[in-house]
Amino acid sequence: MSDSPAPAPAEDAVIRVRGLVTRFGRQTIHDGLNFSVRRGEVLGVVGGSGTGKSVLLRTIIGLKSPEGGGIEVLGCDRARAGESEWRAVQARWGVLFQNGALFSSMTVAENIAIPFREHTDLPLALIEELTATKIALVGLPPEAGRKIPSELSGGMKKRAGLARALALDPEILFLDEPTAGLDPIGAAAFDSLIRNLQQTLGLTVVMVTHDVDSLQAICDRIAVLIDKRIMVGTMESLLQESHPWIRAYFHGPRGRAAIAGR
Amino acid sequence: MKAGAAETGTLHAATAGDCWVLIASGSWTIGAAGKLAAALAAAKPGKARRAQIDLSRLAALDTAGAWLIHRAARDLRVGGIEVEVTGANPAQARLLERITEGAGAEAAFDHTPPHPVRAMIERTGKATFDALAEGRDLLAFLGLVTITVLRTIGQPRRLRLKSVIHHMEHTGLDALPIVGLLAFLIGIVLAFQGADQLRQFGAEIFTINLLGVSVLREIGILLTAILVAGRSGSAFTAQIGTMKVNEEVDALRTLGLDPIELLVLPRMIAVIITLPLLVFFADMMALLGGGLMAILALDLSLTQFLRQLEGAITLSTFLTGLAKAPVFAALIAMVGCRQGLKVEGSAESVGRLTTQAVVESIFLVMVADAMFSILYSYLGL
Repeated sequence: MSDSPAPAPAEDAVIRVRGLVTRFGRQTIHDGLNFSVRRGEVLGVVGGSGTGKSVLLRTIIGLKSPEGGGIEVLGCDRARAGESEWRAVQARWGVLFQNGALFSSMTVAENIAIPFREHTDLPLALIEELTATKIALVGLPPEAGRKIPSELSGGMKKRAGLARALALDPEILFLDEPTAGLDPIGAAAFDSLIRNLQQTLGLTVVMVTHDVDSLQAICDRIAVLIDKRIMVGTMESLLQESHPWIRAYFHGPRGRAAIAGR
Repeated sequence: MKAGAAETGTLHAATAGDCWVLIASGSWTIGAAGKLAAALAAAKPGKARRAQIDLSRLAALDTAGAWLIHRAARDLRVGGIEVEVTGANPAQARLLERITEGAGAEAAFDHTPPHPVRAMIERTGKATFDALAEGRDLLAFLGLVTITVLRTIGQPRRLRLKSVIHHMEHTGLDALPIVGLLAFLIGIVLAFQGADQLRQFGAEIFTINLLGVSVLREIGILLTAILVAGRSGSAFTAQIGTMKVNEEVDALRTLGLDPIELLVLPRMIAVIITLPLLVFFADMMALLGGGLMAILALDLSLTQFLRQLEGAITLSTFLTGLAKAPVFAALIAMVGCRQGLKVEGSAESVGRLTTQAVVESIFLVMVADAMFSILYSYLGL
């Protein structure tokens, strides 16, 4: 929605990562990542297994603390922010975990209502109406709200998780492999749902994915994790890259098929 | 966009001729939703036949705000008033349209409160049937395990010896410290309390009889069985339940392997072997603790203690206690494994069934102990 020209002005970056280093024990996962995410874009994060895509996501949302460098999300640096400042920023983003991560002892509607109950003081009736709105927004049938997560299919769990992530109308949406485990039709439907919501709600989306179709369909820019570094570009610019992994990824049989399909 | 808009949302209502005008300005976002909902509820159109909702002064709109606008328009239309929503920018119009599409579906929560008396009767009935079904299922499982045992006796090579030994280590060897310590302490308590009470009759020497008989016949075996039910029965449910969640049990079945033979039998045999050994150890530790206390409290010598003990107990006292161990062991292992195999779907049920396994196996151990008491009294033991 922000039709800003190509070099985004500095204040338009909602996430800024500088010199990020993460390690597990002696194993270095990321060695000096520098990139930023612009307001209103969909950024896809790709990389081979074990290159730390999910780790990057978890580091940005503060579930893992980095071993070096700085991350600024919506102008707030986790390392320097106070508890209350961090809480306030947390309410401005939503996260969809790989399998939805719905609380299994509650109904779908109760799951979605949690952020409202914890972060707002709205009357109960309004919370219920807003919950129903979210359920409709992600394309779930109304009766899904009364079910418990174990009664839902994988795709419905993801939609329910998305509804919970979107509860407080976040500015940034983090998605961890949103289409993994879905059939091609379900995956395409989920892609277009995310694109549609992103445009309607003016979201900035950061999604980790394996799915070349998703990248092709909805991502404005793509970040490739490679050799402990990150490379960010559009689909067009990455197609010109000569790095063997990138070539194998985009010019391999699946990559070619997805790109040919546009 | 919405990040920059700090001004909170407000609502102004005015009447222009027969048209009632609602002007929304500022940020209509979730933060202001409570206040705005109250303002909308308070605003009344009066006698106006037409209404206009003007959004041109909106600084920001999110789904909560869009819902409030949609709801206000809907309620006015229900009241027979013509409503026009004006001044929305393209993004806001898209959002409003999106909200309107999905509206009308508000039954996400179930509010029908159950009738209290009826609900209680329902629960009682359900619990009764569940208990009966549980008993029937347990019996069926016993049959299944028995058939598997008989088949394995026919083909002893099918028994997974390595697995049996692994489980013996975990249920037996690893339990020694806790079982020993608890038995030792119980022995001390028993001797101390017994001596205290019996001293009133001048019969404190019979503390040793009390200690010997109660430890060997009941306390040693019950204490150990309860500990093993808590330690190993629960572990069996958790292990097998986790495998069930991971579909490992289904994988076994498709590979033509029998989960009962592979998962249940080794655990059951392991507990049947180790529980009597643990009981023996617990008996000795309890007698040691009790003896120590008796010698100190009653000022006896070791020889006096041993002579009194010898007079109080016979081999059959010891054996009647020990004989229960294999039966209790089979019960504990069977309940633990069966609850594990009952796990369905989510990891949540692993936790619930683990609790149930412990409660059920302790309950069954107690019932079996009572039945043993009746049996022994018939046999005159």
